[in-house]
Amino acid sequence: MIEREITKIQELVYELRVGDVMKRGVIKVIPSTQMSDLRAVLRDNRISGTPVVEEGRLVGIISLEDFIRWLYDGGPDCAVVDRMTRKVISVFEDEPLIQAFNNLERFGFGRLPVLARGIGKLTGVITKGDIIGGLLKKLDIGYRQAEIHSTRSSHIFEDIVADKSALIFEYQVSGGDFSRAGNSAGGLKTTLLRLGISPQITRRAAIATYEAEMNLIFFTNGGKIKTKIEPEIIQIEVEDDGPGIPDIDQALKPGFSTAPEWVRELGFGAGMGLHNIQKCSDRMNLSSTVGKGTRLKVEILVGNEDGSE
Amino acid sequence: MKLQDVQQVLQAELVWNTDCGDQEVSSGHASDLISDMLTCCTPGSLLLTGLTNSQVIRTAEILDLTAICFVRGKKPQPETITLAKEKGMPLFVTQLLMYESCGRLYSKGLAVGAR
Ligand SMILES: Nc1ncnc2c1ncn2[C@@H]1O[C@H](COP(=O)(O)OP(=O)(O)OP(=O)(O)O)[C@@H](O)[C@H]1O
Ligand SMILES: [Mg+2]
Repeated sequence: MIEREITKIQELVYELRVGDVMKRGVIKVIPSTQMSDLRAVLRDNRISGTPVVEEGRLVGIISLEDFIRWLYDGGPDCAVVDRMTRKVISVFEDEPLIQAFNNLERFGFGRLPVLARGIGKLTGVITKGDIIGGLLKKLDIGYRQAEIHSTRSSHIFEDIVADKSALIFEYQVSGGDFSRAGNSAGGLKTTLLRLGISPQITRRAAIATYEAEMNLIFFTNGGKIKTKIEPEIIQIEVEDDGPGIPDIDQALKPGFSTAPEWVRELGFGAGMGLHNIQKCSDRMNLSSTVGKGTRLKVEILVGNEDGSE
Repeated sequence: MKLQDVQQVLQAELVWNTDCGDQEVSSGHASDLISDMLTCCTPGSLLLTGLTNSQVIRTAEILDLTAICFVRGKKPQPETITLAKEKGMPLFVTQLLMYESCGRLYSKGLAVGAR
């Protein structure tokens, strides 16, 4: 019995054509679509990538991964054409399913654009879910199960974030490097806004990061800022192996500062930073060992719009 | 208040962004301490300051400020102007002292940008 079904499937993957099971009416973007608009396209359609089409012709593919990499780089907004993959693996409508399946397997892609042979026009998109769905439908078994499977595989951005793989961004800060001071906080701010986090929450996260970043620059040889973004919470972890803080309670008091003259000349060093970080966060934890380094953990709840600042 | 009104009230020179005149500022904040700006400056404010280093621009970016006016005729450093252009932050310079700058804007009804 099992053997017979397998043989049947084997026949079907050669018999059925890509055009029989693919999704038509493809969501697509044009080369000039802005990266900042891509998030909404992916989210609203619950897809993890989309073909880039110019006058009906497929010119590239842009994926969630490209989007995340763009966020990570923190560069200016740009057109998808600057970020897309140009060498696209695609299949033709009249090819057997096995061809699409092999391409998906071999390249590890989630989806393949489907072209009409001859004119090269984009007519659809095929995923493994579509292939399984098509086969099951033909075999007349558990089609609904296949549907569930295919929506699961088409994770959108929010799902990815909600998943175990929260978005994590790391910034290296070098001590005394004043020329780039504020880059991490500025980068985080852009990223959060691009992710659709509210301006109020973004501001609190950016201020806390900025204060922590300046402390790394002024008081240590540098360190690492790690931000983890999840739908409910933003966590910011700042670590250095600098001189450490001898008395944490004292350091947290507004007005306490050991900042040298050059720091004060720049307008810093009023001893407000740590206190301000505390005000911006929903939870904060500061631990330090003299001679070893300092570790600061800040948590900001994304839903807590009117939290203190 | 529009930035062009601010410019007129303070008899300020525009350092950069000739198209910014129509932008609105909701309030004003005056300080020479970045530490203080970071604790209480309201978003959307105009910042009056005597600090001219580029860190002021970074701070203004983090705080979502609208524009910066340097007081006492202090010219911003070249890297400050470069960064301001990159971040789209309009810059002005007024010859007036901090006290008079604030007084003029306050009496014209510009709100206090602090909390
Ligand atoms: N990462 C760190 N490593 C060592 N010492 C630190 C660190 N962060 C803060 N401190 C110490 O804690 C003090 C208070 O820090 P805080 O950020 O509150 O004020 P500040 O940096 O001195 O001034 P401001 O933040 O207002 O510019 C600092 O003066 C410094 O002595
Ligand atoms: Mg500080």
